[in-house]
Amino acid sequence: MIMIFGIPGPLLFGQLLLGLINGAFYAMLSLGLAVIFGMLNIINFAHGALFMMGAFAAWMLLNYFDIGYFPALILAPLLVGAFGIFLEKTIISRLYKLDHLYGLLLTFGLSLVIEGLFRNGYGSSGMPYRIPSLLQGATDLGFMFMPNYRGWVVLAAFVVCTATWLIIEKTSLGATLRAATENAPLVQAFGVNVPRLITLTYGGGIALAAFAGVLAAPIYSVNPNMGSNFINTVFAVVVIGGMGSILGSIVTGFGLGVIEGLTKVFYPQASATVVFVVMVIILLTRPRGLFGKAA
Amino acid sequence: MFGFSRPQFIAFLAMLALIIVCPFVVYPVFLMRVLCMALFACAFNLMIGYVGLLSFGHAAYFGMGGYVTAWTMKVWHLDASIAILLGGVTGGVLGLCLGYLAIRRSGIYFAMITLALAQMVYFFCLEAPFTGGEDGIQQVPRGHLFGFIDLSNDMTMYAMVACVFLGGFLLIHRIIHSPFGQVLKGIRENEPRATSLGYRTDDYKLIAFVLSTSLTGIAGGTKALVFGIATLTDVNSSTSGEIVLTTLLGGLGTVFGPVMGSVVMVSMENYLAQFGAWVTVTQGVIFMFCVLAFRRGIIGEIGNYLKLKL
Repeated sequence: MIMIFGIPGPLLFGQLLLGLINGAFYAMLSLGLAVIFGMLNIINFAHGALFMMGAFAAWMLLNYFDIGYFPALILAPLLVGAFGIFLEKTIISRLYKLDHLYGLLLTFGLSLVIEGLFRNGYGSSGMPYRIPSLLQGATDLGFMFMPNYRGWVVLAAFVVCTATWLIIEKTSLGATLRAATENAPLVQAFGVNVPRLITLTYGGGIALAAFAGVLAAPIYSVNPNMGSNFINTVFAVVVIGGMGSILGSIVTGFGLGVIEGLTKVFYPQASATVVFVVMVIILLTRPRGLFGKAA
Repeated sequence: MFGFSRPQFIAFLAMLALIIVCPFVVYPVFLMRVLCMALFACAFNLMIGYVGLLSFGHAAYFGMGGYVTAWTMKVWHLDASIAILLGGVTGGVLGLCLGYLAIRRSGIYFAMITLALAQMVYFFCLEAPFTGGEDGIQQVPRGHLFGFIDLSNDMTMYAMVACVFLGGFLLIHRIIHSPFGQVLKGIRENEPRATSLGYRTDDYKLIAFVLSTSLTGIAGGTKALVFGIATLTDVNSSTSGEIVLTTLLGGLGTVFGPVMGSVVMVSMENYLAQFGAWVTVTQGVIFMFCVLAFRRGIIGEIGNYLKLKL
């Protein structure tokens, strides 16, 4: 067996893979938060609840309509994204003229309502969601056995994050979006429908969270608290990365997942807090965050 | 005295009268819970209402204050006054460390950093041996006050809790209306201008934060003593959210708002407790309603109607 720093190779790589998976979720969630914050200037506290809704949407599609994993991977984000657009149109858009903190408080209230409703309907014990048969089993990579589904999650998250980055940085739609983030009235003067752009951005960010939720469904049990377990760490990730850059939030998300995985190998007691420790170090040395722009 | 205006003084007398009369009509343990939460909310309001910084992690100081008071009472058998004071010191020291980090950013980032740091404290409490993990510290004796007043009687305990609350309430009011408090309000309104006038705004914010967390620790310690238990619930982020809602509902930046908010919130929790998760849903709905249509809060609206600053 290969030993690395006195640790058996398969154990190390196994934890690294787990770290990458957590990192994939951090990256997708913090990416959505960053995109929404850029456009709407609100911190979407309901992000975790909508992530959970994505997982539940997949579970419901399977159990009520007999729609499998792969169609759910498309359908659930569309459904939850549409719900997000509805929320933006009806309530969130009323707060744009107010202090940013009110947006945070409103979405926090929203997350309480959503999680409470799901807890009433489905209890908090959680329900299993089976890995699709195509992705069951494991592959021998030579240095470790990799469960296929876990590899798929990392791959899918990576593709989606890259696609989001490409859309925002390399397409004309993305250019309009970035321009509207910088100076909305000017972009509107050029004839761009900025309010619609804002609505779509919110919907897109939510769809990203829901996509992450579907990916998470077979790994963690589908339960109403799955979002809030993640979201506090994601906020730390956002503070570390800074919300200025899309690429920054992706890199920070994956990076912190890996750091967390490694901590689990070398010093398991600290694995829950290591992200926060990194946040403290970053705040002491680079208060704007790794990729943050000047305020 | 204490910088009360005439209407505020009348309102204060009314509150004082209610504090004295209520235990003869209402269950005192319920009232003690209200008073502990009210002190917690007043301390929280010092940050959001007068410095303009939303701390989303105040449960950390509340819970840690509770743990330290409970632990020192149970293991060291200290005097109740000293144990509660130690709870306050814990809140203050923790607030100094975490606040030093958090005030490096403002606005939304401040909220996220305080939330994340409180989450770290929560994980610490989950793992640390002295907190008892999931069980918490149970069967904490109420002990004696100043060595000779037995606190096991609910009415005696109530009198002490009422004194702690009134002391904290008046202290906060004094702070807000001192020259120091005026500078805080100046920072809230326009930080760059306060800086250009020569104030070290970061120092002011940090001092206000430490004052707020110390009083929060005292509130947590008192609550732990009243119920004889300190658990993870008090360090949990849901408690942080609850106190934000309490203050918002009563009225951000009003003197009596947090007190009114905690009366409503604690009663609501009491009556809704049988409906399980509906408490969370109701709280969420109230949260959204307050933000969308009721931003002044109960006391703020009353004050606006009467054209008074309450």
